[in-house]
Amino acid sequence: MTTTAPQLGKQRKKGRDVLGNAGLYVAVGIAALLFLIPFYLIVRNALSTDLEITGENWKVLPSFQWGNISELFDDPTVEFGRSMVNSLVVAVSTTLGTLLVCSLAGYGLARIPYKHANKVFYAVLATLMVPTAVTFVPSFVLVSSLGWVDTYRGLIIPGLFSGFTCFLFRQYFLGFPKELEEAARVDGLGYWGAYWRIVVPNSLNFFAAIATITFISAWNSFLWPLVMGQDPSSWTVQIALSSFMTNQTVNFHLIFMAAAISILPLVFVFLFLQRWLVQGIAQTGIKG
Amino acid sequence: MSTTTTRGVAQPAPAKAPPARPRRGLRGNPTFNFWLFTGPFLIGLVIFVFVPIFWSVWLSFFDARYTVTPSRFIGFDNYKQILTNSNFPDSLLTFSVFAAFIVPTTWALSLGLALLVHRLRFMRAFFRSVFFLPTAVSYVAAALIWKMSIFSGVRFGLMNTVLGWFGVENIAYLANPSPPWYWVVIVSLRLWIQSGFYMILFLAALQNIPGELYEAAAIDGAKPGWQTFRYITLPQLRATSTAVILLLLIAAYQAFDEFFNIIGQNATWAQTPLMELYKTALGTSQDYGAGSAGAVILSLLICLVTLIQGKWMGFGRGEEGK
Repeated sequence: MTTTAPQLGKQRKKGRDVLGNAGLYVAVGIAALLFLIPFYLIVRNALSTDLEITGENWKVLPSFQWGNISELFDDPTVEFGRSMVNSLVVAVSTTLGTLLVCSLAGYGLARIPYKHANKVFYAVLATLMVPTAVTFVPSFVLVSSLGWVDTYRGLIIPGLFSGFTCFLFRQYFLGFPKELEEAARVDGLGYWGAYWRIVVPNSLNFFAAIATITFISAWNSFLWPLVMGQDPSSWTVQIALSSFMTNQTVNFHLIFMAAAISILPLVFVFLFLQRWLVQGIAQTGIKG
Repeated sequence: MSTTTTRGVAQPAPAKAPPARPRRGLRGNPTFNFWLFTGPFLIGLVIFVFVPIFWSVWLSFFDARYTVTPSRFIGFDNYKQILTNSNFPDSLLTFSVFAAFIVPTTWALSLGLALLVHRLRFMRAFFRSVFFLPTAVSYVAAALIWKMSIFSGVRFGLMNTVLGWFGVENIAYLANPSPPWYWVVIVSLRLWIQSGFYMILFLAALQNIPGELYEAAAIDGAKPGWQTFRYITLPQLRATSTAVILLLLIAAYQAFDEFFNIIGQNATWAQTPLMELYKTALGTSQDYGAGSAGAVILSLLICLVTLIQGKWMGFGRGEEGK
């Protein structure tokens, strides 16, 4: 079976093809440049002086003020380092916790023949009807009465129980080859043993995809940390950025440096894990 | 091989096994294992999803200012208050306008990018990455670039610099709601962030279209280009398109981050539903009753959309699903 693109149908006109290809690359190139402009701006501004940013004439290249980095981290009024640490703790714990809790539940729902499993699954499905962002007021009411405002617990734990992630894992495990598990069972492993020794090691691609998606959304999350972080010491980096922007107490070059640094971890995650991410989205985005 | 688990969770499986399955004991017992696997998730789901929902339904019928354990039952007054106060209905209008802009443009742009990238032979992965990369950027960081650099109302903003080359006066994109230039800022930002994600979905779908279809179409005399696109590609993408449109709508419904950071909560225009809830429940008035009533209304609205969509499209998964 061929998977060739539409090109196949028009082999007749080679000459037109070359022209068409050039046009295609010009179009893609222009689009790509437009998409890269914001990245260029953030790097340019982060490495400029305030005067260069606000100057009359547009400066294409900045004067590469690397000192802006230390200036940002040394500024005691900003506590930017603190907010980066908070974000890191929250994003890593959220990712690990979500993977653990949701994958176990997804496996249980997909593979363990319990007679009421379907009813439980419908209860999980029901939670997908309402996006969690819409219910942030009730969640805040609950978490604040637990006394979790301004704590890591409050930032992390309510986000772990994602019905959608559980659902994705269930769909994935439904397609996991049964033979592998049966072999494990013959060897005397229970459900738990088979899960950790056979199922998980053979599903690392999928785990990597979900981990990447979860990490990115946890790092970039804004509304819940905004609600939770009443005190600046519990701010994540997104809240810190937002406060720089609205209060305008920080200089231009530092704001942009902060934004650039806040994006950096994700760009790395993205570049290294993109393969799994693309795979995961393609697999789950539609079929999920 | 024989001892399987080292983790403590397996401890509750003692030597005494129920007689029904003497061979493996609890380790092979489906009921026990089902709850072992799903238990932690379900407990969390009940506490952090179901309890808040029911609590807020309850709160929405009480006078709950500055308190989450109110005692004065007021019936539907919270609902009346939030629906007659024009802010909340206005925010639904803002959402509608926003959705009317963002859904078709993102659909078209992500499909267009997917079609372009799909035809590339060289550097395909590179261009895919470029379009996908903005997905990694937070709305807050993007809002910062958009507000303070690209669409800054003064001459050093990129847009005004470029327009200045053509002799156009500075435009204050965000300071003034009429004319509503702020939509350009808001819509272009979201377009930039999310198009790459949906492009990936379309790319995956394009790869699943069998090549035979195009061969058959060519034999039948369909011209490559518009005709093939219109009669082969587009119909084959219907399931994906439907799902993408639904996802875009739901995402627009929850818009908060960029509006909060670009427009701000003190503006009188372009306040989204979630911003109104935020101001009602967590602003100065701390009215959890009215905030809960608003959350209930928004939840019901989105449930309704999901259900209609499910009836209409077979749960949004078109021909692929069950």
